Amino acid sequence: MPALDDSVISRDEVEREDTAAVGAGLDALEEPDRIREPWWRKLGSSIVPPLLALVVVLVIWEVVYLLGVKPEVMLPSPAAVFDELLRLLQGGQAWETIRTSLSRGLVGFAMAIVAAVPIGLAIARFNWLRTSVGPLLSGLQSMPSVAWVPLAILWFQISPAMIYMVVLLGAVPSIANGLTAGIDQVPPLYSRVGHVLGLGWWGQARHVLLPASLPGFLAGLRQGWAFSWRSLMAAELIVTSSKLGFGLGQLMNQGRDMSDAPLLYSGLILIFVVGVGVELIMFRPLERAILDARGLAAKKR
Amino acid sequence: MTTLVGEPHIGYQADDPRVVPPLPDAPSGDTAAVRIDRVSKVFSGRRGKVAALDNVSLSVTPGEFVCLLGASGCGKSTLLNLISELDSPTDGTVTTAGRPALMFQESALFPWLTAGQNIALALKYAGVPRKQTKARIEELLDLVRLSGHSDRRIHELSGGQRQRVALARALGQDSRVLLMDEPFAALDAITRDVMHDELTRVWKATGNSIVFVTHNVREAVRLGQRVVLLSSRPGRVVRDWKVDIKGPRTIEHPEVGALAAEITVRLREEIASHARP
Repeated sequence: MPALDDSVISRDEVEREDTAAVGAGLDALEEPDRIREPWWRKLGSSIVPPLLALVVVLVIWEVVYLLGVKPEVMLPSPAAVFDELLRLLQGGQAWETIRTSLSRGLVGFAMAIVAAVPIGLAIARFNWLRTSVGPLLSGLQSMPSVAWVPLAILWFQISPAMIYMVVLLGAVPSIANGLTAGIDQVPPLYSRVGHVLGLGWWGQARHVLLPASLPGFLAGLRQGWAFSWRSLMAAELIVTSSKLGFGLGQLMNQGRDMSDAPLLYSGLILIFVVGVGVELIMFRPLERAILDARGLAAKKR
Repeated sequence: MTTLVGEPHIGYQADDPRVVPPLPDAPSGDTAAVRIDRVSKVFSGRRGKVAALDNVSLSVTPGEFVCLLGASGCGKSTLLNLISELDSPTDGTVTTAGRPALMFQESALFPWLTAGQNIALALKYAGVPRKQTKARIEELLDLVRLSGHSDRRIHELSGGQRQRVALARALGQDSRVLLMDEPFAALDAITRDVMHDELTRVWKATGNSIVFVTHNVREAVRLGQRVVLLSSRPGRVVRDWKVDIKGPRTIEHPEVGALAAEITVRLREEIASHARP
């Protein structure tokens, strides 16, 4: 081990007297600001604008309703929809439907991750797979999920398996593509550093490749969730059967069948809230943590 | 464009500085930190073969600070890759005392780790026991004058600080040889000047051998005990200068300037010889 003892040499032989001071001065001048915004201001700036936008939408809705542009069976008042929502929530029906749909969506999403990760890894690793399967996968991403429903019914009849097939076909391409993109973005310099530090293939995977590709993978996961949720709703809206339980899609179908506009609008709102809620609870904090650590978080101008 | 490897040099002509004698066979108990013996490297590309290095011999003794100097295409980086075993020579042998540490122009610190964790990774793979890791990190950060910066994120550090953390990480590998590939090229002049002082101090404190690649003649003379000029396409050793300047050496030192001027003349000759008619 090399000696880390300064006393073996006389300092003045090596450096100028002011080197330490100049270095410290440079550090102080160049160090990026570490001033943190107070939490309440951060919270305020991220929550207040969307709430304002929501209020504007509600006001427009109310005005259009009052003007009587459309009959009430098509456009109920915000208050009527709010009452209906409250009724659904208090009666427990809303929770039951959300639980059915959400658990199905999350299970499908988890299955999609399990299926997509090996695919993404293989495409990133083997060039011939990238050139052959890669474009197919990107093409699948642009397929509307609804288009898969008839085929899924043909294969699995009306069963949960049919719904999962639609969800998987919707989500797997996004997640796999995200992972491939994440790995592609890893600077080659990082693997060289890993090699110099003496990391083997496992060390490289664990300490370099995996953390370095995480931002891209997370973006893929996020998109994958959005696609899972959309595909699930498509499947639920098209197929109504007692075998499938009663999800949000079925709730909206019921509203349509009974010409119950407030119920239909409530269904829409619940689908929106659950989709955004999962995004906010699951992905936002993860993304914040991953990007903040790397100093990649979007800076305000 | 096809460049062929030059004829191997058989005899040593003392009057031709381009021709370097092969090193004598390594005696038993060879103590060189780095020994590059008649090394050639040819890259085969789509447009034919390109010789990056041709019959390069170079020996670095333990604790020696050698600067490799050359214009683009002199194979400086290829040579470092060979020494650090990122690549293998087409011909000849490279022997190194242990696995060398390597520093790049970019700090190449992992941005998902803190400064301390970056160093910890090097320590882990250098076999430092976990119990000693924390103390050793502080010791290394202290050496590069960044005490208390262990928990900093990489993006919270300035360019000079990042290179110092990268230096600490390289030292954490606990190798006797430190390779540096234009490590200060991306820094501003004032910071670079300070980094020169710091590197000299760290080198004296650790007693490592340093092979420092640069295209900056003054930097080479300011830092090195020896300055080795390489030719371009293919890279050959043109000349080897011993830098013998007493006392504190700064970039403004008149003797540094004088030797740098002399080397620059030679470097310009070498570059001019590549001009197409």
